[in-house]
Amino acid sequence: MDLVLFYIAATVALVATVLVVTRSNAVHALIYLIVSLLAVAVIFFLLGAPFAAALEVVIYAGAIMVLFVFVVMMLNLGQRRSAPVHAWLRPRHWIGPGLLSLVLLLELTYLIFAGSGDTAGQVVGPQEVGRTLFGAYLLAVELASVLLLAALVGAYHLGRRYLRARYDEVES
Amino acid sequence: MTALSVPLSHVLALAATLFLIGLLGVLIRRNLIFLLMSLEIMLNAAGLAFIGAGARWGTADGQIMYMLILALAAAEVAVGLGLLLQLERRLGTLDVDAASELKG
Amino acid sequence: MSVGLLWLIPMLPLLGFLALAATEGRLGERAVAVIGAGSVGLAALLAVPVTVGFFELPADTGFSQTLWVWLDVAGFRPAFTLYLDGLSLVMLWVITGVGFLIHLYATGYMSGDPGYSRFFAYMNLFVFAMLMLVLGNDLLVLYLGWEGVGLCSYLLIGFFQQDPANGYAARKAFVVTRIGDTAMALGLFLLFRELGTLEIQPLLGAATAAWPEGSATLTLAALLLLGGAVGKSAQLPLQTWLPDAMAGPTPVSALIHAATMVTAGVYLIARLHDLYLLAPVAQTAVALTGLATLFIAAFAALVQTDVKRILAYSTMSQIGYMFFALGVGAWSAAVFHLMTHAFFKALLFLSAGSLILALHHEQEVTRMGGLWRRLPWPFAGMLVGSAALAALPFTSGYFSKDAILLTAFDAPGGFWLWSVALLAALVTALYSVRLLVLVFFGQPRWQQSGREPRDRGGIAMRLPLAALSLLAIGGGWFGLSPVAAVLPDGGVGHGHGGWVMWATSATPLLGVLLGLLLFQRWGAVVARLGTSGGTRAVRRFWLSGWGFDWLYRQLIERPFVALARINRNDVVDRVFAALAGGALGVNGLLSATQTGRLRWYLANMAGGLALVLLIVLGVL
Repeated sequence: MDLVLFYIAATVALVATVLVVTRSNAVHALIYLIVSLLAVAVIFFLLGAPFAAALEVVIYAGAIMVLFVFVVMMLNLGQRRSAPVHAWLRPRHWIGPGLLSLVLLLELTYLIFAGSGDTAGQVVGPQEVGRTLFGAYLLAVELASVLLLAALVGAYHLGRRYLRARYDEVES
Repeated sequence: MTALSVPLSHVLALAATLFLIGLLGVLIRRNLIFLLMSLEIMLNAAGLAFIGAGARWGTADGQIMYMLILALAAAEVAVGLGLLLQLERRLGTLDVDAASELKG
Repeated sequence: MSVGLLWLIPMLPLLGFLALAATEGRLGERAVAVIGAGSVGLAALLAVPVTVGFFELPADTGFSQTLWVWLDVAGFRPAFTLYLDGLSLVMLWVITGVGFLIHLYATGYMSGDPGYSRFFAYMNLFVFAMLMLVLGNDLLVLYLGWEGVGLCSYLLIGFFQQDPANGYAARKAFVVTRIGDTAMALGLFLLFRELGTLEIQPLLGAATAAWPEGSATLTLAALLLLGGAVGKSAQLPLQTWLPDAMAGPTPVSALIHAATMVTAGVYLIARLHDLYLLAPVAQTAVALTGLATLFIAAFAALVQTDVKRILAYSTMSQIGYMFFALGVGAWSAAVFHLMTHAFFKALLFLSAGSLILALHHEQEVTRMGGLWRRLPWPFAGMLVGSAALAALPFTSGYFSKDAILLTAFDAPGGFWLWSVALLAALVTALYSVRLLVLVFFGQPRWQQSGREPRDRGGIAMRLPLAALSLLAIGGGWFGLSPVAAVLPDGGVGHGHGGWVMWATSATPLLGVLLGLLLFQRWGAVVARLGTSGGTRAVRRFWLSGWGFDWLYRQLIERPFVALARINRNDVVDRVFAALAGGALGVNGLLSATQTGRLRWYLANMAGGLALVLLIVLGVL
């Protein structure tokens, strides 16, 4: 019975993801993406990783997607600019990549189902995660923070000129 | 509350499918925003695979791996969107095919 | 022992060449003349003790002097060995003696030419090569000399470099003789393969032992060697280069194209007489080649208008006599004629040189005439030379040519051979008289150019003329006893009585009388005859040397040039160009994959991933 929950969440995730890829309106796509992320968070929860589920919602759906929304708003990619996007979505463009993805899907499924094993069926709580994180994976934490610092500097640098230019444009 | 005993292969199958849908999106969509979004889908799918693997052994390693991926995704989105803004400014369009100066 | 000085004789001219080549024209004319003519003169001087010493040796032996071994490979051991016997002794005297006189003449003739040093360097190199040719005991050394004289001939014909026509004449000479040289090389290969050695004496012995008379291999080898001789000696069918070779300076024409190089073929056949005796077919070929050439060249000489071309065709004809003699078995007579011909032909050429210089480089007889009083030295020289050429009684040419004709009469089919050769002797007398009459007698046509003829010759130019005149007249009294020991016919035979001898001796006189009539008395008539109708065609035919140049142009030049034109874009080159083109094509293909589009690259990555997974899964 509980397995059914997993399958429902999986279906939602799949459907939402497909819809993300096929929408022409950027905002719609973003919304669907958020739905997909929430579904995946549910799956995390079901798999006994509540901390990861929380992170998924808070950071992924809450911060990263919001970043996307900001940019979409800045670039005004609403209904008005979706027409040309639609033009690029001709069905015949899907054939090549579709074939490629199908091949990969078949290969991966073969490989996956060649293995065996179930999930452990136990919850690994935040305490456990924290202990391991700041224990064995301490160096990884430091590196991740450095990475974030680099991204911060980079984003600031890349965005500054744009904002300066827009500011001048708006002002004049 | 106990977690479910889901067959690992199913979890991985789901992850693979999500990944490939993301790949499809990257290959097909020409708008850079959608490209980045599809990229996020791929990252997320990879993370799902890690969580599933961690759940298989009942250790925290999977979740830690997922956190690192998350940090990576955040950094990548930040810089990527900055680049996107610059591209839009210079080329006047968000069509990724317009940025093909390395042709030949 | 004084004969041991033999090695110095070729070495002196070689040193002369090296000295002049090293100084590259930096020396003054006098120094160059001393080195250039002096080296050959010294060599000639050294020939005296060598000869004396040679005659002190027991009779019928040759003298060998090995300088060093050239190669030593798998039993093949050619050495630079100088071999002196009667035949090479005679050749030695001709080359150094006449050579020295010509060098001496050239010191005066070439004076003032900017290439003075270069000239004498080439001449000395030539003398060295020619000496190696005749003194070599090994056919390989002979071939070395053979090629060397060919090279020097090329260098000297094209000596006046500024005019491209001279370069053309030089190339023509080189290419035509090359054809002969190739035949000779093939002959040498054949001989070596069959007999295992190229040393002359052992080779002749082995040939006599190995092959029966008339064997096919031997005949083939002899014919191939004949091919080489024909090329070098300007006989049919490789004679077309000699008239054009007159583009070189006159001393060159005298030395190389009259006295020495063109006689190398005669020497070769005489030296290898044993082979030809064993191959009667080849010997007959030699005779027929000589006969045909002497006949054709005599008529060609009759109508030429350039002094040097007359002499060139005359040379061709006289060498034809030598080949003819070898072919009918008059070996010693052939060599005797070689010697006398060197004397009088060199005399004729040197006199012609003085004549040409005096007339400010005029060579056309149609613009000469009535010069016998103004230019006494050239006149005297040409008179004596022509007398010997026409074989007037008791000149040197008389003895040698009559020996040939009389021996020919005794050969199988001799009457016809004799009569053709006799007819040609008549024509020889005719053209000799024609030359003298047109140049020295008659109307002074030179006055049209308005320039005075001045006999500009110092002692350097006059002394050789005098010396050669003496030899041309008196040289016949030598006989050639040293040669008798070498050649099978036992010396020049003088004994043949009867009407044949009278006919042979009288014909040149008849020819002179006829010539005087035709060209002196009826000169105008004859000249008009040459410009109308059928006789004009005949005259033009003879003038072009019986049309051989035209023939070769049609048969060989045209098809070859056409083929070359077809292959203008070089088939072989196309292969390599195709390689480059292929590389460029692949480049184009690969460049097309670099579209610059991100999604394309991602698709390729995904495709690669799929491929790798397929391989891992064992499907591929």
